[in-house]
Amino acid sequence: MSSKRFSHRLDLANGKVEMIHGSGGKGMAQLIDELFLKEFTNPYLDQMNDQACFQLPAGRVVMATDSHVISPLFFPGGDIGALSVHGTVNDVAMSGAKPYYLSAGFILEEGFPLKDLKNIVESMAVAAKEAGVAIVTGDTKVVERGKGDGCFINTTGIGVVPDGVSISGDRVQAGDKILVSGTLGDHGVAIMSLRENLSFETTIESDSQSLHDLVAAMVEVVPEIHCLRDPTRGGLSATLNEIAQQASAGMQIYEEQIPVREQVKAACEFLGLDPLYVANEGKLVAFCPADKAEQLLAVMKTHPKGQDAAIIGEVVEDDLGFVQMETAFGGNRMVDWINGEQLPRIC
Amino acid sequence: MKYVDEYRDGKLAKEIAQQIRKEANPSREYHLMEFCGGHTHAIFRYGIPDLLPDNVKMIHGPGCPVCVLPINRLDAAIELAVTHGVILCSYGDMLRVPGSRRRSLLKAKADGADVRMVYSCADALKIAQDNPDREVVFFAIGFETTTPPTALVIRQAKKLAVKNFSVFCNHVLTPAAISNILESPEVRELGVLPLDGFIGPAHVSTVIGAQPYYYFAEEYQKPVVIAGFEPLDVLQAIRMLIRQLNEGRAEVENEFSRAVTYQGNNKAKQMVADTFELRRAFEWRGLGLVPYSALRIKSEYAEWDAEKRFTIDYKSARENKACECGAILRGVKSPKDCSLFGDPCTPENPLGSCMVSSEGACAAYYSYGRYQERSIKNDADTIATDASQ
Repeated sequence: MSSKRFSHRLDLANGKVEMIHGSGGKGMAQLIDELFLKEFTNPYLDQMNDQACFQLPAGRVVMATDSHVISPLFFPGGDIGALSVHGTVNDVAMSGAKPYYLSAGFILEEGFPLKDLKNIVESMAVAAKEAGVAIVTGDTKVVERGKGDGCFINTTGIGVVPDGVSISGDRVQAGDKILVSGTLGDHGVAIMSLRENLSFETTIESDSQSLHDLVAAMVEVVPEIHCLRDPTRGGLSATLNEIAQQASAGMQIYEEQIPVREQVKAACEFLGLDPLYVANEGKLVAFCPADKAEQLLAVMKTHPKGQDAAIIGEVVEDDLGFVQMETAFGGNRMVDWINGEQLPRIC
Repeated sequence: MKYVDEYRDGKLAKEIAQQIRKEANPSREYHLMEFCGGHTHAIFRYGIPDLLPDNVKMIHGPGCPVCVLPINRLDAAIELAVTHGVILCSYGDMLRVPGSRRRSLLKAKADGADVRMVYSCADALKIAQDNPDREVVFFAIGFETTTPPTALVIRQAKKLAVKNFSVFCNHVLTPAAISNILESPEVRELGVLPLDGFIGPAHVSTVIGAQPYYYFAEEYQKPVVIAGFEPLDVLQAIRMLIRQLNEGRAEVENEFSRAVTYQGNNKAKQMVADTFELRRAFEWRGLGLVPYSALRIKSEYAEWDAEKRFTIDYKSARENKACECGAILRGVKSPKDCSLFGDPCTPENPLGSCMVSSEGACAAYYSYGRYQERSIKNDADTIATDASQ
């Protein structure tokens, strides 16, 4: 795209988002031209229509959407841009699908530095390229200062499920083994370490990453996988409880088998949090028939994104859908839904 | 984690549990009260009841700071935020406790009040310094553990002459509450509440020391074992209590000797004594009016005392009639005896204070233990399944 249409180039170093960038006029055209089109360039987007028109390979099509409102926008191990790609790519991939296309909707706050926006958009472009998806359509809105939190991004993704793969929470059944792809709680703790009222120093980085390639390797070797899910908000506990409800089955997990980094354990300890409730952005939970579990684990462990994978428990018969955990201490307890935000204990 | 994992060792736990089974006399029952919510939480979180024989029964005490705060004090805090327009700061758990008409600080916040969660009283002072044209009130709650930091901050506010900061003091005292339980008719006369011994507080005891508990051991002939909050501490304390009871002893023993001394923390105690004075009586949720059981800010710090700074209207508060929090806090009833437990009272929708804090007996039991009661429905089906994350 040429930027000759505009008398001055957009000041991406010192400029700010202004209301005109969302007004539908020339200001918006320039922002699209000099930033979004430049970074996301692909044949569908470059046609500059209000919609993208594309072909998909034969098969069942999946679609997922996710809005990103994270604070802070930049964090150790990632930023809202990369996260907005990873989040939706992962939601699509958790059906076993190969993700193909993304849409991106931006809600920007007046006064937001264009430099930050540029960094976010660049990071999205890199993440999309890594995930092998094209950002084919988009939208930009600007809200008045004070009416947004800098930058919100919504992405929607489309993918296609390979033949012979049928992944859904209601396929989970008693006897299935439960696997996780790596250490839990990294993302949540990395974010919390930056929150204004509780900043602490840590070397923990967010695990934000696309899992489409790990999933592709897994379904290729074990197409019988019953369910995949990424334990984001609410952590592992929310994911297990959701699936227990969908499947009308209980879960029995073993604390000693659940991989959690020492630093994450320590941070959770002094914040009064439980790693099982802390968000992840680059991990998945898998359910598969018991006789396939070792094979699946082996595939996961040989993949760079699943090196710390582990079998953490099994699905049991229980109409009430309770998730129970044998503690490392030797007792048994429930792993309940999180309620509200995880708040610190006071003494 | 070094210095923590050692106290969560599953192998050692099995050994101690085996000892307990060997030493517990099968022809009697052992009713042991853990005073502290921190112990209650540890007991449920680590599944300690599974490791105990059936005749060793844990009774959950009132040592959960947000659980014992009476509703009218909470209503007063909400009023400070809503009517007086202050920035009201408090600890996280406190924000969700339902007051009268089920209003909470979080709901007040949603309605536009400026309510902020802080990790420490010092953060509240900082908010006051950062907002010099706003009144900032720290809603102070808790036992002897959280009292010294509040004292320190009040003194700092005076030293730095921070004029827009004050503390709404609700600090309470552990020994007074233990006396109240031991003096209650259920324990002394009716025998409704069999109570054989106490697991003594962990963090509270690091401040007040082991000394205050000698009175209970002697006067009431109840053994006390002070224990840390780690699960091995709790198991070991249970074993020590069983031994004392088997041998007919009623002594104060200190399992938490790595942190608790006989005297406690003299510096902290002195600072508290210099900043606060005893209230003649204070209302506790569940225990009623307990004499000399709470602290107020001394007159030399009146300028930083929210109760003196603002006109606070204490209205009588109505609790849900069916709520058993009171009896549960006294150890007379267990969470599952309450008709509201699990339906409609849940941590998402708490009707009583014991269902709010993870240290509250109801919340701990609900979140960690309710699978054992197959009759209590799993509420998860009432929560929208949000699979699209």
